Amino acid sequence: MGDAFAGAAWLVLAGDAVLLGIVQLSLQVSLSAVFFASLLALPVGAAIALYHFPGRGAVIVLLNALMGLPPVVAGLLVYLMLSRAGPLGSLGLLFTPAAMVVVQALLIFPIVAALTRQMVSDLWDEYHEQLTSLGTSRLRAIPTLLWDGRFSLVTTLLAGFGRATAEVGAVLIVGGNIAGVTRVMTTSIALETSKGNLELALALGAILMTLTLLINAMAFGVGELAKRRYE
Amino acid sequence: MRRRILGALVGLFLAASVPADDQKFITLASTTSTEHSGLFEFIVPIFQAQTGISVRVVAVGTGQALAIGCNGDADAVLVHAPAAEQQFVADGCGIDRRAVMFNDFVVVGPKDDPAGVLGADTVAEGFERIAQAKAPFASRGDDSGTHKKELLLWADVGIKPTGAWYRELGAGMGAALNTAAAMQAYTLADRATWLSFSNRQGLSIVFQGDQALHNPYSSILVNPNRHPVKVDLARVWHDWLVSEAGQTAISQYQLNGHQLFTPN
Amino acid sequence: MGVPQKTLPIVFEGVTFAPSGVSLLGPLDFQLNAGQRTVIVGPNGAGKSLLLRLCHGLLKPTAGQIRCGDGAEAKSPEYTAVRQRQAMVFQRPILLRRSVWANALYSLKLRGIPKDQARVETTAALSLFGLEALAKRSARHLSGGEQQRLALARAWVLKPEVLFLDEPTSALDPDATVAVEAAIDQFHANGSKVVMVTHSVSQARRMADECLLLERGQIVKKGPVAEVL
Repeated sequence: MGDAFAGAAWLVLAGDAVLLGIVQLSLQVSLSAVFFASLLALPVGAAIALYHFPGRGAVIVLLNALMGLPPVVAGLLVYLMLSRAGPLGSLGLLFTPAAMVVVQALLIFPIVAALTRQMVSDLWDEYHEQLTSLGTSRLRAIPTLLWDGRFSLVTTLLAGFGRATAEVGAVLIVGGNIAGVTRVMTTSIALETSKGNLELALALGAILMTLTLLINAMAFGVGELAKRRYE
Repeated sequence: MRRRILGALVGLFLAASVPADDQKFITLASTTSTEHSGLFEFIVPIFQAQTGISVRVVAVGTGQALAIGCNGDADAVLVHAPAAEQQFVADGCGIDRRAVMFNDFVVVGPKDDPAGVLGADTVAEGFERIAQAKAPFASRGDDSGTHKKELLLWADVGIKPTGAWYRELGAGMGAALNTAAAMQAYTLADRATWLSFSNRQGLSIVFQGDQALHNPYSSILVNPNRHPVKVDLARVWHDWLVSEAGQTAISQYQLNGHQLFTPN
Repeated sequence: MGVPQKTLPIVFEGVTFAPSGVSLLGPLDFQLNAGQRTVIVGPNGAGKSLLLRLCHGLLKPTAGQIRCGDGAEAKSPEYTAVRQRQAMVFQRPILLRRSVWANALYSLKLRGIPKDQARVETTAALSLFGLEALAKRSARHLSGGEQQRLALARAWVLKPEVLFLDEPTSALDPDATVAVEAAIDQFHANGSKVVMVTHSVSQARRMADECLLLERGQIVKKGPVAEVL
């Protein structure tokens, strides 16, 4: 067991090109997915919190439920969309990193939107009279509240990022786990497990966990610094 | 300043998520057995060096590989399930099916062999003994080439495998072997995956060598009349596999001193 | 300098406020005129804060109408335009989780004031209320008195025709109260009409010309401070 860990750690430290490529792709895909999903989910979540419209309750329930969307189902949906036999087949995105970004963004979107809605809703209760008095329209309140809730939003984004990096079923279906093209940490771990290389698989898992830990520690550190100034 | 940083970030993510298509490649849907054996890692670089075309391998069960091909999401397939392959061509999903290579299936089971498969003369007899002893048997259950083969073998001996001893996993070959090892169950495996599998625990080969365990692999081009696939590049690969260069490359691939595939 | 007074007087005509059928205020018929400093006093639960919120358009009357100066109704969406010419300081100010500077600048940004002008006005307001040294500090880290002064500075940059204050000093110690009252006087001196809810009779005497005594949702007395109290 120790040998595999030592071996995997050595591969990382020695800058093994294949492994580093896999690590880099994992981060690129998941960070991109968080970025694009948030671009939409933050304002959408805030808008649902601030605007009242028919069917709003249903939308909230749906978003909350979609936080538990099974990754394979998301994978299958995106596969059917991006397949040459599907409506977006002509884009030629299937089995590329872009397809993995799409499917991860789909998984992240409900999490970020639902948690953002909750947070903005709470903030709105606190701010609503003051902002109205100052002349903030509901539309203008969206960026104001998102910015004032930035410390809580970091946690929301990390939750999304965690879901993206931890996920294997969806990226396997739409990425295909192609060596050097769409192979990421989780699909590598699944592959090594099915080859019976349990120790190597576990070591890769340890690397993934370490990376996740580092990113969370960084976000926490930055958040705490900023919080000390402005909270 | 903040705006500039944001702009740079957007650019970075866009660049990251859109891969540069600076080289010629085809997408090949193939089986986990060929991928896990390491065959592609060996022959694809040789092919690429000779032709300048890279091959992106999507390794799934034969059933899914054929579905991917039929949807036009791969340019060619390399699979091992003769009946399903014929259907694939008959349905108009693929064209120009060619035999490329073969190896064989082996029956794997616990070393102490509770069902006594070791003494069997044919694979049929071995399967009968497993059923009679109600010894645990792990079936792939995933519509893969190996699963189809296993069902054929049961049908040949006229047994409908049911009961607590027969466990349908719905898993790939590697996962099935991991499970069989944990349950000390018998299972049918292709030789290539078995040889490249490390987590054997108490498992070993209990039967091999019957003609009925022949495992042929075919290359089929995805029908270019159905989907805009890269048929020209795929044909280079298709032809290369059965050319002398390709057949030599296949025969040269060894794992731990064993040749895993025999070219046709 | 002086500010215009287009939205004055504020006229209540048969206004009641009865959310879900329970009457909390009214019917009220009265008028708030330009120039005078008005305080609203009364026991807890009399509806003082509700009245202030109706004047500022944060609540809509259940019946009756509120006319402001040129006749816009509080009921109608145009009240947004009226509210833009008013400002309100709450008992507990809600400051944005940003710097003192950003808080004072915020409402100018909302109104699309050009950057350079907004800077000048923000600087002036902060220095007028003795906050310039704290400009870079987090607004949420200020003391209660400083927070209330920042809330006033934020209102100041808007040059409001009317300044509503909802017990602005009730949570402050005597020194901070003096500073906040001085700041409120600046608004009066600049021509803003000041309407303040307070618990303190002495503050009412110090800060107002006119007094409304509210009891159980009704105005029971209205007149010069010396007469009402």
